[in-house]
Amino acid sequence: MTAAVGSRPVKGSTSPLSSAQTRFGEGLLEKLFFFCALLSVLTTVSVIGILAFETYNFFQKVPMLDFLTGTRWTPLLEPKHYGILPLISGTVLIVLGAALVALPVGVASAVYLSEYASERTRNIIKPVLEILAGIPTVVYGFFALTFVTPLLSTIFPSISVFNAASGSIVVGIMVLPMVASLCDDALRSVPDALRQGAYSLGATSFEVSTRIVIPAGLSGIFASFVLAISRAIGETMAVTLAAGATPNLTMNPLESIQTMTAYIVQVSLGDTPSGTITYETLFAVAAVLFASTFVLNLGGTWIMRRYQEVYE
Amino acid sequence: MNKVNPLIVSDQLARRQWLSRLFKHFCTGVTFLAVAILGVLIFQVSVAGFGWLDWQFLTSFPSRFPERAGIYSALVGTLWLVTLTASLAIPIGVLAAIYLEEYAPKNRFTAFIEVNIANLAGVPSIVYGILGLAVFVRFMGLERSVLAGAMTMSLLVMPVIIIAAKEAIRAVPSSLRQAAFAVGATRWQVVRHHVLPSAIPGILTGVILALSRAIGETAPLIMIGALTYVAFVPEGPLDEFTALPIQIFNWTARPQETFHELAAGGIIVLLAILLLMNATAVYIRYRGSKR
Amino acid sequence: MTEYNSILKADALTIAYAGAPAVRAVTLPIYEKKITAIIGPSGCGKSTLLRSFNRMNDFVADVSHEGQIRYRDQDLYAPEVDPVEVRLRIGMVFQKANPFPKSIFRNVAWGPEINGMDGDINLRVETALRQAALWDEVSSRLDDSALNLSGGQQQRLCIARALAMEPEVILMDEPCSALDPVSTAHIEDLLFELKEKFTIVIVTHNMQQAARVSDFTAFMEMGHLVEYGETDQVFTRPTETRTEEYVTGRFG
Repeated sequence: MTAAVGSRPVKGSTSPLSSAQTRFGEGLLEKLFFFCALLSVLTTVSVIGILAFETYNFFQKVPMLDFLTGTRWTPLLEPKHYGILPLISGTVLIVLGAALVALPVGVASAVYLSEYASERTRNIIKPVLEILAGIPTVVYGFFALTFVTPLLSTIFPSISVFNAASGSIVVGIMVLPMVASLCDDALRSVPDALRQGAYSLGATSFEVSTRIVIPAGLSGIFASFVLAISRAIGETMAVTLAAGATPNLTMNPLESIQTMTAYIVQVSLGDTPSGTITYETLFAVAAVLFASTFVLNLGGTWIMRRYQEVYE
Repeated sequence: MNKVNPLIVSDQLARRQWLSRLFKHFCTGVTFLAVAILGVLIFQVSVAGFGWLDWQFLTSFPSRFPERAGIYSALVGTLWLVTLTASLAIPIGVLAAIYLEEYAPKNRFTAFIEVNIANLAGVPSIVYGILGLAVFVRFMGLERSVLAGAMTMSLLVMPVIIIAAKEAIRAVPSSLRQAAFAVGATRWQVVRHHVLPSAIPGILTGVILALSRAIGETAPLIMIGALTYVAFVPEGPLDEFTALPIQIFNWTARPQETFHELAAGGIIVLLAILLLMNATAVYIRYRGSKR
Repeated sequence: MTEYNSILKADALTIAYAGAPAVRAVTLPIYEKKITAIIGPSGCGKSTLLRSFNRMNDFVADVSHEGQIRYRDQDLYAPEVDPVEVRLRIGMVFQKANPFPKSIFRNVAWGPEINGMDGDINLRVETALRQAALWDEVSSRLDDSALNLSGGQQQRLCIARALAMEPEVILMDEPCSALDPVSTAHIEDLLFELKEKFTIVIVTHNMQQAARVSDFTAFMEMGHLVEYGETDQVFTRPTETRTEEYVTGRFG
């Protein structure tokens, strides 16, 4: 090796330092990479632009106030009504039910994983949760329709074939892994010294978990709730299959309802020409959907970033 | 408190310890319930669909007659979709990650791009479907082609790939970069010869997870109109197509029990593909961590 | 030495992590209302020994005990003994101050509260804070977050938190190692007052500190108890050469 280096004169050692122009390709590459990163911004801009444009067209035909406060949603039937409240109430019903399932179970699982489970059990449970999170939503829809709904109808004989309860239970199962995993992160970021301090004062593990660890990880837990709710709002296939296609201003989980996402699917199952008012309803509903999840996601990540600073 | 008492469990403490045990059992039970649900789901699907799984099921087109129906066009469509999505999303995603980690100046615009990517990862998949419908299907006139589907899917999985690739690149120790710079390498040479090779296992894991998401997604494809009766397989990127989750949705949405069983058969195939991909990801991660 | 009353006693105690012994056959009495210092180089097992006195080692996976720790006349590790009950009576102050992310008041009140102690909680908090020589500095801002206190104040708050439980014994695991000299002097002064009412066991790697504050000193090395006796004797007339080398700074 030494001989090889010695036999080859090093160019730069005597000649003046060359300018960066010889590195022409480098700059070009950087521009290409920058464009790839910029594509993500372009995506967001297009989403917002298209939703805004078509929603604007929609509001030329239907007053915004009617859309936001109307209690009947029948764009595909005569007489046509364009009040989004039934779709919102359907979505809220699903989200509430899903939250009822996923939030307590998610937090309890996280407490188990971070406070009680041995390293070995953790290594089994975490992948199982990952698998649950990776199952396609259409499969959950199938599960809701063929397992959860029949199960519910043995308890509530009056339940509709399509009902909000079944949909919200499987949406709850679907977002559960996310809640459990984010809460687990939050609880594990609580320093062990706090647990030891509490135990040294004669606290039981229940008292340590509920009065020291959970309060210390509260903002992380809260962030996971916000993100889970956002996910539940955007969930589509399971609620389309299980919860029905009946825009229904109700809070009764045993009835058939329609969520915003399920309406969008229902319309796109048919062929809807551009420029028609039905086509534009897709975008108006999607705009509400996008806005609500966008705000929740921003809020959730903001909370998350704040709590990460606490112990660093 | 009486201090000369011997150490026996007092009534009050016994109650607290009882509550504590109850709490522990509750948390444990609830966690294993979640695991049990996965078991029930798989059991339910297997019982319903296993009888339909045979060569004929894999090689037949969909049909109105359940006994003749199969998932051939759906499988081929999914293969087309995933291949095209991969060839679009992987290069763009990885290059974007390289830019953000290795090249981007630390300014507010870069921070904005990062926040934007994190937010895109949380946008509901159906919104990507709307975007695909408006831009690729209608505006660009790609119709219900597999290319339109793949472009939509690429936008959907891109944030996942970028985030995973960024993490993998960030995990490469900076001493490696400094060592390479110190012998006169250009930035691209450093990335190409040192950073990327070290980050590959992490990037691959993220890519596989992103592609399994693309395989399982249904809503965006319905949005761009992939839910039609397709009794042929696409021969080029501009042909119409169907995909496995679409076929499953189609069968599940029918009232007849027999079609539900077909759906279960399709689900078994879908889950098997996903499991295989996940196992590969786990294997890569394991090998990566061993090195 | 027999005129003293031993409240805790390690008896041929061996503690092992995953089979590797960290404390080897240690027999050591802890006398009531005295300060016992445990000194020795890092990794000698002194913290492990200290943590076994209130069963904090229970949280370490794969730890095993041989021999006994006697609290008055009971075996602390007997199956019928509840570790929570043990920690009620034997409190602990940790190496690094670990206040709860709660107010100053709640930090001190938390232990008595969860343990259902009766009496005036305000008075109890005030007394504990006074005993920890912190009252004058915080009395006007009891509702402030404990995390806003300085390092030395936080450590005194942790001492107050332990005192509020009115334990019989307070275990201190290098309580001054993360503090500046002024805060350290503060806490050392405090120890003198506290031993009127409490039994204190302090682990320290600072020999001057051990010599200044303790009545008895135990010197440990590689899990063994090399020497134990009155502090005066250990520092001025050690019987073991290893001890002499260590306390005179020739090694360690």
